[in-house]
Amino acid sequence: MTTTDSTEPEVISRDRVVIRFAGDSGDGMQLTGDRFTSETASFGNDLSTLPNYPAEIRAPAGTLPGVSSFQLHFANFDILTPGDRPDVLVAMNPAALKANVADLPPGGVLIVNTDEFTKRNLTKVGYSVSPLDDGSLERYTVHEVAMATLTRGALEQTGLSKKDAERAKNMFALGLLSWMYHRPTEGTERYLREKFAKRPDLADANVLAFRAGHAYGETTESFAVTYDVAPAPLAPGTYRQITGNTALAYGIVAAGQAGGLPVFLGSYPITPASDILHELSKHKALGVTTFQAEDEIAGVGAALGAAFGGALGVTTTSGPGISLKSETIGLAVALELPLLVIDVQRGGPSTGLPTKTEQADLLQAMFGRNGEAPLPILAPRSPGDCFDIVLEAVRIAVTYRTPVLVLSDGSVANGSEPWRIPDASALPTFDPGFATVPNSPDGAEFWPYLRDDDTLARPWAVPGTPGLEHRIGGLEKADGRGSISYDPDNHDRMTRLRAAKIDGIAVPDVEVDDPNGDAELLVLGWGSTYGPIGAGARRVRTLGHSIAQAHLRHLNPLPANLGEVLRRYRRVLVPEMNLGQLALLLRADYLVDVQSYTKVAGLPFRAEELQDVFLDHLAQNSAPGVHA
Amino acid sequence: MTALEPDLTDLGLPSIGGLHGVPTTGAKQTAKDFTSDQEVRWCPGCGDYAVLAAVRSFLPTLGIRRENTVFVSGIGCSSRFPYYLNTYGMHSIHGRAPAIATGLAVTRPDLSVWVVTGDGDALSIGGNHLIHALRRNVNLKILLFNNRIYGLTKGQYSPTSEEGKVTKSTPMGSVDHPFNPISVALGAEATFVGRALDSDRKSLTAVLQEAAAHRGTALVEIFQDCPIFNDGSFDVLRKGDEAASRVIPLTHGEPIRFGPTGDDGLGTYAVVQEGFGLRVAKADEVEAEQIVVHDVRSHELAFALSRLSDQDLTHTVTGIFHNVDRVTYDDATRAQVQHARDRVRSNGSSGLQTLLNGRDTWTVVG
Repeated sequence: MTTTDSTEPEVISRDRVVIRFAGDSGDGMQLTGDRFTSETASFGNDLSTLPNYPAEIRAPAGTLPGVSSFQLHFANFDILTPGDRPDVLVAMNPAALKANVADLPPGGVLIVNTDEFTKRNLTKVGYSVSPLDDGSLERYTVHEVAMATLTRGALEQTGLSKKDAERAKNMFALGLLSWMYHRPTEGTERYLREKFAKRPDLADANVLAFRAGHAYGETTESFAVTYDVAPAPLAPGTYRQITGNTALAYGIVAAGQAGGLPVFLGSYPITPASDILHELSKHKALGVTTFQAEDEIAGVGAALGAAFGGALGVTTTSGPGISLKSETIGLAVALELPLLVIDVQRGGPSTGLPTKTEQADLLQAMFGRNGEAPLPILAPRSPGDCFDIVLEAVRIAVTYRTPVLVLSDGSVANGSEPWRIPDASALPTFDPGFATVPNSPDGAEFWPYLRDDDTLARPWAVPGTPGLEHRIGGLEKADGRGSISYDPDNHDRMTRLRAAKIDGIAVPDVEVDDPNGDAELLVLGWGSTYGPIGAGARRVRTLGHSIAQAHLRHLNPLPANLGEVLRRYRRVLVPEMNLGQLALLLRADYLVDVQSYTKVAGLPFRAEELQDVFLDHLAQNSAPGVHA
Repeated sequence: MTALEPDLTDLGLPSIGGLHGVPTTGAKQTAKDFTSDQEVRWCPGCGDYAVLAAVRSFLPTLGIRRENTVFVSGIGCSSRFPYYLNTYGMHSIHGRAPAIATGLAVTRPDLSVWVVTGDGDALSIGGNHLIHALRRNVNLKILLFNNRIYGLTKGQYSPTSEEGKVTKSTPMGSVDHPFNPISVALGAEATFVGRALDSDRKSLTAVLQEAAAHRGTALVEIFQDCPIFNDGSFDVLRKGDEAASRVIPLTHGEPIRFGPTGDDGLGTYAVVQEGFGLRVAKADEVEAEQIVVHDVRSHELAFALSRLSDQDLTHTVTGIFHNVDRVTYDDATRAQVQHARDRVRSNGSSGLQTLLNGRDTWTVVG
């Protein structure tokens, strides 16, 4: 803004802001949030996002079940979560207002699209009087904006129908918010031109609406202030914004290249994992083959078949999909072939909450197969970490010839954050070490189950290799030679060997963040709760308390130092988005009386909520008589 | 919107056969080379022995390298098949062999991939994978051993058992209506469908040869006797005049005649068209032009022929029902990957780093 007009709004500096865009699922709120995120990322703020949308594609318009929202937290320092409560709520209709306004703290900014506040729409969600008129919103700073009317007016000259013109109102809202927070706008205009390359009329309309929203903020006097959130001091490097699902897909491509293996993804569409299939299907030029199978079972089956042939076999799923794949994963355990299985956890049981997050597949991942069928389990702690976790999972799968399960979840999958782009040429490479010659003690035969002394891994001999023809299958094999064996002692030995192989996988020690070194309470988490736990711990420390935080990325095997870490603290608290699954494992493995804090509401923990939980446990810790 | 990149309408058909891309060997191979050291453990008298012997002596005739041959099976008696062949093999899980073989075939064009399955494995628990493999036309050869009974679980009726079958699980007779595997395959858009009898090595080998030469999914139904739980189930098709009057062998381009040899040197029975379907008639009671001439390219004829076969085996059509060229899923998938690579190469931009960078980046200077 170069004008020095006296009506120029005051600019207030903020260190952090949380904005929530909420509207009907047809209003394009996810796209609006995505664009604001991109603008914010390119500006250099640290950020974290939380999309929240219904499972139905288009629930009846204007109803509460149809409300879709996107929350973005951005700051001039490193942040850990998408934020608890919005500072600004954009409500595109009465349903969006009703579903979200309770989260807006007093004094918060509310921007309302008044065009949708008709009697009919108000009645649909149970408002007998418009909340804009009855004084119920007076604790907020309310901006009433007739977004549809203003958008229509801005697009009058385009010749678009009234209906088509109004559809661009989300870009009007984006333009207005971009003005309020001084976001760079070139990226969004470029994006819209590319997205609607085949419909230049729609590209023009969206850009016009976006500019109209921006101009509306500039020219009306109803907005007295704008806000400035300075860039965050991130570590040097080149950054981009990334979601967990995209990072998983990139990790898979990178892992294939690191091992010189063609990538084969066998997958069946399921929310919220489908985006990994979509992303990978675009990267054929990088040696990726994607197979949309007839069902979940065929997806993992084809991936296993490809692995038998020497490819990096990958399957992706969520919810009930992981149940359907169980039998084939069990076969992969028996075959001892590398296989990457990605489970983007969602609310269960059964179909459960397809678009909401949960961490309740841990015990299924550990034990959900017939027989003793151990496999390694890893969990990413943030969207960007998904890339690293896949590289690590593939390294383990190939080194130890085993299926590996990666437990992502809905909040990591769809959430996004700035990601320091790695140097592709510096990524560690690995040799798949295919068998090429007979290995029997006399050198005359190939024994498919003769193990490596260090890793206990068996050789990976792919079809086409002369002299190594062999048969494998789900029946128990004789140790070494690999032929079918029903011998009782052999089965006992093979069962223990399979377990020892997984237990012996080298995983890094868990690191403990205990800045003062005198904490008595350790908070231990896994997976996507890293952000909220860290944010909660930060708040508690700011209040002057000592608290230690540790986070697990390896769930099986657990880090070798974990038992010692658990015993080092007077009290151990494990927050999980399930009913205490990791706590159960820790109690069983280490005989430590860990405390659980659990919630399965389909949404990530809030920092404020965890702060209170931590304070509560700190208070109990200092109470006399505890752990005497 | 429909669009297909690149143009996948041809991909070398029909000149490239089922074994195109599989390395060949000049070395002389015998059945013994394809025999593993594992003791065969089927019941005495099982029809699987005859099929195994036929396959062991047939494989060397293909001239491909043994190490480039893979047999994938599901679960059931017949699914032990891979253990007895000295090729690469996988004995997988119940019903899923076509899915597993699909992943292998798509990623490895240098392999000849065979699926061994049974009536329960392919048509009951694995029905979904079978129909989708056929629809996609993956370059797989599927040998469906049909003994119309569950053997490995000790004698329950199967999805091909005739109605009223009395078994351990159906003491009052089964009330299920069975599948006709040939009709199922044709309904699932199969490009190659054949049938043979376990004990008829010559006809079985002929069908296997055509199947191997076919580029795409070939389904070969093999009637196979289970001497323990469904003994003699196909005996009426094996010997003598009765068998001759039941079995209707097909030869492409020839009038469909069968039964004891008549005065003109051909079978005394003929297949003629009636309404939308076919019926069996005495050859000397119909005009020559009424007799159907077999054409493996006709989907309609193949389906009508499949309907001639009855549950009680009164008429049983054998040989190759259907054989047409259609682009295979695996060839098309690989062509898309290659096309994407070529396009990127000509653009001069590619690589992992470009992917990781994406479009919008910003740099933080230390």
